[in-house]
Amino acid sequence: MSLRAPVRVSLYFVLVLAALIYLLPIYLLLVTGLKSFAEVNLRTMWQLPSGFHLDNFVEALAKLGPYLRNSLLLAVPAALISAMLGSLNGYVFSKWKFRGSELIFPLILFGMFIPYQSILIPLVRFMQTIHLYGGIPGLILVHVIYGIPITTLIFRNYYATVPTEVLEAARMDGAGLLGIFRWVILPLSPPSFVVVLIWQFTSIWNEFLFAIILTNPAQWPITVALNNLAGSQIVEWNVQMAGALLAAVPTLLIYIFLGRYFMRGLMAGALKG
Amino acid sequence: MTRDRFLSIALVSPSILAIAIFVYGFIGWSARVSTSAWQGLLPDFTWVGLSQYLELFADRRFQIDMRNTAMFTLLFLAACLLIGLGLAVLLDQRLKGEGLFRGIFLFPMAISFIVTGVAWRWLMNPATGTRITGLNLLFDSLGLDFLVNNWHTTDPPWGMAFIVIPAVWQMSGFTMALYLAGLRSIPEELREAAHVDGASGWQVYRHIVLPLLRPVTLSAVIILGHISLKVFDLIVAISGKDIRLDVPAIYMWTTTFDANNFARGAAIGMLMLLTVALLVVPYLSYSIRGEAEV
Repeated sequence: MSLRAPVRVSLYFVLVLAALIYLLPIYLLLVTGLKSFAEVNLRTMWQLPSGFHLDNFVEALAKLGPYLRNSLLLAVPAALISAMLGSLNGYVFSKWKFRGSELIFPLILFGMFIPYQSILIPLVRFMQTIHLYGGIPGLILVHVIYGIPITTLIFRNYYATVPTEVLEAARMDGAGLLGIFRWVILPLSPPSFVVVLIWQFTSIWNEFLFAIILTNPAQWPITVALNNLAGSQIVEWNVQMAGALLAAVPTLLIYIFLGRYFMRGLMAGALKG
Repeated sequence: MTRDRFLSIALVSPSILAIAIFVYGFIGWSARVSTSAWQGLLPDFTWVGLSQYLELFADRRFQIDMRNTAMFTLLFLAACLLIGLGLAVLLDQRLKGEGLFRGIFLFPMAISFIVTGVAWRWLMNPATGTRITGLNLLFDSLGLDFLVNNWHTTDPPWGMAFIVIPAVWQMSGFTMALYLAGLRSIPEELREAAHVDGASGWQVYRHIVLPLLRPVTLSAVIILGHISLKVFDLIVAISGKDIRLDVPAIYMWTTTFDANNFARGAAIGMLMLLTVALLVVPYLSYSIRGEAEV
């Protein structure tokens, strides 16, 4: 069924208008970032830059570089460990259900909804006791543990679609739990590994609460450093905006190039509806 | 076979143990702290019953927090659902460029609330006169002066309503994606049959499509609702610790880690957990039960 031309035109009009509004903040970050220091002026905020100047980005990178590195050292290992753990958990909870596993699984899932304010005080005391407070390794541990619910859920739902007959066939050939995982499940897993890696990398890169409470200033991830920069009276607003763009680039690139997988992670978080 | 059974439990037990300690153990520990007199750097587990909670309910700041959270949650949910559904219905018309539009509406999901906050604190800059800037400047130069306003610095309680704008900018694309997936899962034959029976496009949506989208709306309300009850980073990035825009998460943070009032911080955390649990637990048990029947 096709729409009449005037209807089609007005639909496009609304869509284009909405798209412009959604792009407005990014436009502002971009044009401000690309201006030279001389042309930065609050009154001409919306105007295009006179050329391609990188002054703001150079200055923002000088201020935020170490923190971008911290975030990378945090998010990459945490995402990798999360994915491996999630894969094993998902395999057992979908294909090796044991007595009580149907009860334990929702109890694990609840962990992804809790407000972290309800565990924050014990968490800080605990991390201090085991001497992992203040640095990146401790923050990795915390993200891996609180990532268990979502990663287990994504892998479990994916493995549930693998037909039991395939597993039975492998068992006939003499494969055990680990053999089936190694030779049947893992080769089927790359798509869900991509989904989970992207999901965990993005959430950990963007996370703020654990980061600000559990790390010392030298170990701050980018979100904490950027928030600190933005609250500063000394740093110019144009540098703040260039910094915001720098902080957003890694996850934006992932979204642009691997959007399909990003979407699947997003939908998995909505459970099954 | 029994060896594999043993092995399977051994593989998941570290995760189960970690969740048991870091989720349930820590919640229990927080609950205990919330019934103690712990104020200051050294733990003090003197039992004071529910007096922390009673003090909170009588506390003017916490009352403002509850009002702010209620306003934020209601407006945020309403706007996300309406805009998300509207955009999904538009994109459902199988227009050219659908993928591009979808990509544009969804990209804010990929960036952090902190980045969003930094951009929007300049967009929503309340300065006037010669220092006018941000959206106010844009409205002014487009001849839309009547839209010029004080944004989140508007007098309470309405300042909070403006914090909803960046939040909706960030999350409405997600709602759109949920609805679009819901729309696409409705069999085409169903809509065509209604058309053959003489129903107009609007009637098809009103009487056939919308009722079928109810489960999607439920999912969206749970996801967006639990996010808005915990709202924290966005407000911190936009306004720092502006008391007019205070919410429980910020109160918990400042009273615990700036003022060392651990007992009160724990009580706020427990109350936040309670509100989220009221929303999520029925949904979780409903989803799990639905799954078991399939």
